[in-house]
Amino acid sequence: MAKLHVSTTINGEPQEFLCDAEQSMLDVLRGPLGLTGAKEGCGTGDCGACTITLNGRIVCSCLMLAAEAEGQEIGTIEGMAGEELHPLQQKFLESAALQCGICTPGVLMAAKALLEKNPDPTEHEVRFWLAGNLCRCTGYDKIIRAVMDTAADMRAAR
Amino acid sequence: MDVQYVAPKTLDEAIRAFAAAAGSGRILAGGTDLLVQMRNGIVSPGTIVDIKKIGELTSIEETKDGGFRIGAAVSGMVLREHPRLSKVWPGVVEAANLIGSTQVQGRATPGGNLCNGSPAGDSVPAMVAAAATVTIQGPNGRREMAVEKVPKGPGRLNLEPGEIVVSFNLPPRAKGSSDAYLRMIPRTEMDIAVVGCGVSLTMDKGTCTAARVGLGAVAPTVLLVEEAAKALIGSKLDEAALAKAAAACSAACRPIDDKRGTIAYRTKVAGVLLKRTALIAAERAGGK
Repeated sequence: MAKLHVSTTINGEPQEFLCDAEQSMLDVLRGPLGLTGAKEGCGTGDCGACTITLNGRIVCSCLMLAAEAEGQEIGTIEGMAGEELHPLQQKFLESAALQCGICTPGVLMAAKALLEKNPDPTEHEVRFWLAGNLCRCTGYDKIIRAVMDTAADMRAAR
Repeated sequence: MDVQYVAPKTLDEAIRAFAAAAGSGRILAGGTDLLVQMRNGIVSPGTIVDIKKIGELTSIEETKDGGFRIGAAVSGMVLREHPRLSKVWPGVVEAANLIGSTQVQGRATPGGNLCNGSPAGDSVPAMVAAAATVTIQGPNGRREMAVEKVPKGPGRLNLEPGEIVVSFNLPPRAKGSSDAYLRMIPRTEMDIAVVGCGVSLTMDKGTCTAARVGLGAVAPTVLLVEEAAKALIGSKLDEAALAKAAAACSAACRPIDDKRGTIAYRTKVAGVLLKRTALIAAERAGGK
């Protein structure tokens, strides 16, 4: 069958790809586009390992059709670091806020979106915001502390 | 299998595409139910009609009379961010915002929640309590239907073939009115309601002058519990009135036993939630 032709923007760069109608954004990112940072955990929107941004909002890329990306702005973990790591990435390394790392790209994408919206979140707000990002290794404590510490650093740097 | 994806820019085009697909068409709003169902092989659409490029389905409008028109494909996050909606209809917004994670909130819509046809959809009892109607459009034109009339049974709707839910219409509010929604789940987040209760009411000098009660997850479809509303109206929401309304809620329940809760538990909790929800709505409306 004929593939759909999609023109979109990924991490600020124009991008075109072909996909099947029922193919998920996650499949296209990880397959033809070679952006393997987003992970497939559950495939049903429960675990958050495939978190990307769609027009600045975090979404599960497993619950989005690739065809829906037409004309939209997509952000992935590959676009998070510039010349240097994003402060969240740096803090996660320093604080050992990851173990196996499968959840980490999704957690970072979600945490970045939170701090852009709310630079001074309470621990409660961080925990609720990240409730859709499951981690089976850390027990969450180090993740939450790393996000809180990054938020404090970023506020101090402003 | 040859699946088509279409993203029409107008409602008329969407209606035509959906009608042309006959029974094999599926509407894509937030996709948080549809994509999971496709993945699990529960549905295999021939045509997927994405309705998010249509202005009327993706906008919120405050009408001149003080009501709201909410596009069926507006996400929960957009509902929450609306500057006025949470002030006038906090219960509707909190119900929609209980659905899923932050990621799901960015996508999941009240139209999808209703049309998925789950008896446990969180936004539905709050919409019923709010006396919301839906505007429906199909090949034979437009009509309006009360939200509680839309579900027919689990996964089944009282829509004609080819009809699409376009928007929710929330009525203008009398002074001293508010609403609330509570759900019971065995954990704090990310679960499906064992019982959901929406209450919308109007308070005048400590007396309840109007009320509507919606219950979810306790019957094959959402329930509008008129007997519970009658018990609240005219009272000062004292313990006797609340107990009577709670008993009416429990009496209305026709739940199932499943892994989330037993019939006895759901029936009892429906009454407990009614009391708590009514008091929150009253507090928001200006107090008892």
